[in-house]
Formats: sequence, C-alpha cells, structure tokens
Amino acid sequence: MDAQLLTFIFVGLSFALYIGIAIWSRAGSTAEFYVAGGHVHPIANGMATAADWMSAASFISMAGIIAFAGYDASVYLMGWTGGYVLLALLLAPYLRKFGQFTVPDFIGERYYSRAARIVAVVCLIVVSFTYIAGQMRGVGVVFSRFLEMPIEWGVIVGMGVVFFYAVLGGMKGITYTQVAQYCVLIFAYMVPAIFISILMTGNPIPQLGLGSNVAGETISVLNKLDGALVDLGFSAYTSAVKSKIDIAAITLALMAGTAGLPHVIVRFFTVPKVSDARRSAGYALVFIALLYTTAPAVGAFARLNFIDSVHEKPYAEAPQWVKSWESIGLIAWLDKNEDGVIQYGSGTPFEGRADFVDGQGQNGERLVSNTPTDNANEISVDRDIMVLANPEIAQLPGWVIALVAAGGVAAALSTAAGLLLVISTAISHDLLKKTFRPQITEKAELMAARGAATVAIIIAGYLGINPPGFVAQVVALAFGLAAASLFPAILMGIFFKSINREGAVAGMISGLAFTLSYIIYFKSPWFGAVNDASHWFLGVSPEGIGTLGMVLNFVIAIGVSRFTAPTPVAVRAMIDDIRMPVSKTST
Amino acid sequence: MQSETSRDSSRAEAYWRENVKLLCGLLAIWFVASFGAGIIFVDVLNRIEIGGFKLGFWFAQQGSIIVFVILIFVYAARMRTIEKRFGVSDE
Repeated sequence: MDAQLLTFIFVGLSFALYIGIAIWSRAGSTAEFYVAGGHVHPIANGMATAADWMSAASFISMAGIIAFAGYDASVYLMGWTGGYVLLALLLAPYLRKFGQFTVPDFIGERYYSRAARIVAVVCLIVVSFTYIAGQMRGVGVVFSRFLEMPIEWGVIVGMGVVFFYAVLGGMKGITYTQVAQYCVLIFAYMVPAIFISILMTGNPIPQLGLGSNVAGETISVLNKLDGALVDLGFSAYTSAVKSKIDIAAITLALMAGTAGLPHVIVRFFTVPKVSDARRSAGYALVFIALLYTTAPAVGAFARLNFIDSVHEKPYAEAPQWVKSWESIGLIAWLDKNEDGVIQYGSGTPFEGRADFVDGQGQNGERLVSNTPTDNANEISVDRDIMVLANPEIAQLPGWVIALVAAGGVAAALSTAAGLLLVISTAISHDLLKKTFRPQITEKAELMAARGAATVAIIIAGYLGINPPGFVAQVVALAFGLAAASLFPAILMGIFFKSINREGAVAGMISGLAFTLSYIIYFKSPWFGAVNDASHWFLGVSPEGIGTLGMVLNFVIAIGVSRFTAPTPVAVRAMIDDIRMPVSKTST
Repeated sequence: MQSETSRDSSRAEAYWRENVKLLCGLLAIWFVASFGAGIIFVDVLNRIEIGGFKLGFWFAQQGSIIVFVILIFVYAARMRTIEKRFGVSDE
C-alpha cells in the first residue's frame, strides 16, 4: 500500500477514535463542560495536559529549529519545560484549592473587582487567539503535505472535527480525546526517532544516542557535527550565537508564559484534590519531557544526516527525499558554480524565498528565479521538513510516515481544542454569567458556552486560512504576553496579600501594553523598525521582552498597592483559605 | 474557642512558612540547573565532557529538563509529609 493511502487510513482512524470518545463523554452540566466535573485522574490529566500543551509547533517544528539553531534552541527546551516547575510549585495547587472554573474567576475574586476580571478576560483572549491561528494552520499544513489536499480544505476538516468534540463534549470530551491524542503523538514521534538513533549510532535510546559515537567511527555525534559545521562556515552546533542576556530573557519569558497560559492552568482545575494538582503537573512534565528530550537528538541526527546526504554530492545522485521535498517547494537548489554538485554552507543561497519557475536545469533540478548571493551555499531548506522527512531519510516503511502525519494532526487538534475551550468559557462564564447577565440559568449558560465555542472555531479557522502575515510570526509571542499579564497577577494574588485591586489592574494593563507595543513595533510592517540586537531595548529581542513586561507588572503592582486602600479583610481570609490544602471549616 | 482559633491560625502560619521555605530551596535548584548551568556558566561547563556531551550543552538541552521533573515530584512528596505533620493533608 502506498504511503498516501496509509496516511488517509491512519488519520481517518484517529478521527473516528476522537469522535467516538466525544460521544461517549459528552458534557451534561456547566461543571462538566468547564472542568470535566473535577473528577479526572492525575495521570490522565497529566497526559491530557501534555497533549494540550504540545502543539503543532512542538511536534513538527521544534526538532527542525534545534537542528538549525543548535545550542540557541535550548531556550525552547528549557523555557517550555521549566514553566511546569513554576506551575506546580507556585500556581496549580492554590488555583485548584480556589476551586472555580476559570483564570479570570480567580483574578476577579482575589482582586474583588469586575474590572480586574474583565482585564484578565482581555489578556486571555489576546493570548489564546494569537496561539490558536497557528494551530489551525498546522492542521492545514500536515493535510496539504501528506494528503495533497489544499491547505484550506485541511483547515476546514480540522475545524469540523474539533467542532464536534469540543462543542459537544466540553472539557470532559476534550480531556479524554487529549489522552488518546497524546498516545498517538508520542508513539508517532518516538518510533522514527528510535529507528534513526539505531541507524546513526547503534543506540536505541535517542537521548543517549545524541552523546554516542557515530556508528563505525570514533567520534561522537555532537563533536562530528561541531566540526562539520565549522568547516562549512557555521558557528559550532553546541555554541551560542545569541547574546546571554537575550537567551536568559527568552527562556524566562517562555517559562513564566507557560505557567500563565490559561488553557494549561485550567487543566489543573479538573483534578479532584490539591495534592493531585501537584502530582498531575509532575506527570504532565514526564509525558512532555519524553518528547522534549528526544527532540534534541532528532535535531542533531537530522542536521548531520542532511549534511552527509547533500554536501558535495552530485545532484543526480542525491537521495530521493531531497527531490520529493524539492518537488513541493520546501527544498531549493541553485547551482551557482555550475558544477552539478550540491554545495552546502552558511548564509542564504539566494535572496528571498525560493521563487520556482517552469522548466528544469541541466541536472534535472527545479529552476528558481531568485538573485544568487555571493556565498558558496547553494541549497535552501525549510526547517519544518526535518521531523516530517525523517522517516524518509531513514528509509522507514510507509506506515511510519502515515503515523507521523496522524501524530502531527493530533498535536495540532488537541492544542486547538484546549484553546477554544478557554475562549468560550471566558465568554460564557466570565463575561456573561459573572459580569453582564448574572441571572442566566445553567442551561442557558451551557448553550452560550457552546455558541461561543462555535464562533471561536469559525474565527480560528478563518485566521488559519487567511493568516494575517505577521500573526503567524507572533504565535510564539503569546508566551511573552501571558508572562507579562496573567502570570504576575496570579502569583502575587497567592503570595502577596498586600497587592490590591488597583495594583493588580494597573500591573496587568501596563505589562500587557508594554509587551504588546514592543512586539508590534518590531514585528509588524507598520513602523519600519529594524529588528536586530543593536536596536533592541537592553539587547532583549521581541521574543524575550515578556520578561521585562513581567518585571514592569510586578513593580507597578507593588508600587500602586502601596499608595491605595489596603486589601479588604474578607479577601485576606480568602487568601489564607487558598493557601491551605483543606479548609478550616471541614476540620 | 478563642484559643483554638489562634492555635489554628498559628498552625496555618507555621505550615505556610515551611511551604515557602521548601519552595525557595527548590526554586534555587531550578534556577541553578537552567539559568546557571545552561546559560550563565555554559562556557565553563562545556570544557568538561562526559559521555560524549559537553556538560553545559547537556544541561541546556537535556539535564535541566530531567532536573525539572525530579523537582516537581520532590515537592509533591515533601508537601505530603509536611501536610501530614500539620494535620492539613487532603488525602
């Protein structure tokens, strides 16, 4: 059977599984819709959190980013896992004890203010929509690459499936589908990684393979890669290109952002007890770490393999995968010195993105019309292909390719569903029930939640099909926004009783406004700002600016709280109660 | 009645102090494993090579993640003991 037919079967079967689970676990009450009734086992919640968390970016792009950025990509590895320590130690247990449905619930009650709740809802919606457009796009990309379907159709099919199980099942449906999606995606990630590790080093454990010697040689994978890259004019794989301050700022922004992402936090509202919230965060990180410690190995193997298979190889003898990715435009070769041999090196081979024109070159390659640059590099490669091309590079059977496609779709759908749920909850619960229409019945609230989820899916799908150029670039920046707005407000709400309503609102607004304007200033085309280190504030890139936004939030909140009315006694008592795993009244 | 409430609240305060102390200790390790070994001192540690890995690079891409996992489970286990001791366990 060919790989494409197998892919249809695998992806189809996984969809049938998700829909089946949705029908089995549909939500009957708002508590089930918002937090799965609070009855999810910590291990199941850990898996669901891992799937919720690991998006199309983690599954498809991360290993490719590591392959081409080497040490600098450590910011993602440390940032996206270290945040769970903050979550488990500083936020999750107390939010679980607080025991309501949403993040704005906590901020609204802790800061005794409707305004604080609305500011939190605004932060939540900005963060979640920035993030979700990228997920729908991810579904579309996988569909178009493996099923040769237009991206638009891929997005629409993905929307349909998410619509079915998120709108019907709410948090309960999402939780159990995410458990299934985790299993699909981790299996799909590990199988090719193990095969490639055996092929490259003889060691079946990719995490150890990364440090092992290259099969049949006496040099380790990383040392060989360092040497090969330096020879080609790159800096060594294991050394930094970015400045230390920027690396530290990005890492901290990603960590605090992870801990402040509403769709992740809300998962810890679904476990039965405070102690379960702590343990569940631990399980979540174990499940995440399995993929995150494998990715650096996949990245290094892929880079080494890539150099070995293309550099100084005649195009005519290049492996088939080079040609098949070239045929869909993700690899481009321009024979600058006209010797028929591919030369790879640092720098871009030509100006701009590959612009293919009709016809073939002398060696049978696809022609590009771009202006050549004056360096020696002749080949451009889209870093996203690394995970997807891995099974082909390692010459694995068609079912592995089909599995990887199903895994990529699972990763994108599970994250999209989690995000849609927090958006719809923020609208039906925080805006409608708690702010504008408190007299609404539970049934009507549930209807509103489903309606809001439907609208959110349609908007997300629209953004997936028509990504406004720069939104696609700023998906990773959702973390900076969460780090600068929600994370400090929640943290101070638990640990500093003296922070009051005025302080928290001023802090959130200034943190969000500062971070958002910095990002828009450098990333949007409107201001013509030059986005490089010499123009950045304190040498911090837009990716890392959330760290400074967070500091600003803390400083403003503490300053303003000092000069305004103190936190009321009743709220102080509520904080005391949140800090204890069991309430006093029950003992 | 009065004395019972004040005993309750001083017990709650002592529990909270223990918790914060534990948090600070664990977060110090969190910081050292990631920002310390993986970023600030990465060049120094990279001079040491163990099992084919430069140590600083290993911390940045693998070691820190392993430390993070351990930290969360240590916190959960230690809190369990502390909560039993203060009689505030939810298990």
